[in-house]
Amino acid sequence: MRFGIVVFPGSNCDADCFHVAKDLLGCEADYIWHQDRDLKGADAVILPGGFAYGDYLRAGALARFSPVMESVAEFAKKGGAVLGICNGFQVLLEAGLLPGAMQINRGLRYVCRDVHMKVENDATPFTSLYPKGSVVKMPIGHMEGNYTAPPATLAELSREGRVVFRYCDAEGRVVDSANPNGSTDGIAGICNREGNVVGLMPHPDRCSESLLGNDAGIKMFESAVAALAAR
Amino acid sequence: MKVEVRVYPREGVLDPQGKAIAAALGRLGHGGVRDVRAGKVFFIEVAGSDAKAVEADARKMAEELLANTVIENFDVRVVQ
Repeated sequence: MRFGIVVFPGSNCDADCFHVAKDLLGCEADYIWHQDRDLKGADAVILPGGFAYGDYLRAGALARFSPVMESVAEFAKKGGAVLGICNGFQVLLEAGLLPGAMQINRGLRYVCRDVHMKVENDATPFTSLYPKGSVVKMPIGHMEGNYTAPPATLAELSREGRVVFRYCDAEGRVVDSANPNGSTDGIAGICNREGNVVGLMPHPDRCSESLLGNDAGIKMFESAVAALAAR
Repeated sequence: MKVEVRVYPREGVLDPQGKAIAAALGRLGHGGVRDVRAGKVFFIEVAGSDAKAVEADARKMAEELLANTVIENFDVRVVQ
């Protein structure tokens, strides 16, 4: 199992993802510079968190034109597993690999804290080890996590079960008071129609070992290992 | 030639920045402010003298990069 971790100028969670893949899971892992087109034989590609291109213009707007994104799009089209975390999710949206867009948080502030999310789709390669309906705690750290999409897209996401995670309270209730950024319908993560491309704002990479006080995130990476081994 | 591209939130898309600015203006005593929507302006200098071609080019720039058309609209004006 080989993870490829894309590095944009301004990515800052690339080493976290690499550490999870290589040191915690014992998988092969490669950094893939954004100017390269070679995914180095990756079985799963991760777009990590950070501030690609300084988030200039809009988060993810410039990163989507990096040469590596053509390869990522091709890989995704062939069914390759792609995970976008935080800024990586924003890049996937701007690249059109996932539908919708991010707006500035409704509180107009950067929000950095733990949130709870309900697992609504356990059929993606990154969520298969979480029981559907379970509540997972993960940290967030973002300024633009207020997900929005045209009504038809929101209806389609809901109808096709493509909302992967929703913000909820500790008991699993999807309520506005548990929504950290104003995201429509409490959406924290979504997937494409085929389910192989997943994006979420919370950071599984920052909560993947008990040393950090929370290891709820490692199942996302373990899910990928299990899903790809089964192929 | 100089061209201006204005990018602003689509009608019906909630604009958190505009809302906050409207509230702040109200607090400053501008009681008549009903709504504010906040956008961006790009002042672009382009080689060429054909205003139509420059405008078409600027439109393409807006669609490709300057605006996220999922949530934003834009308009283009050739200044000189």
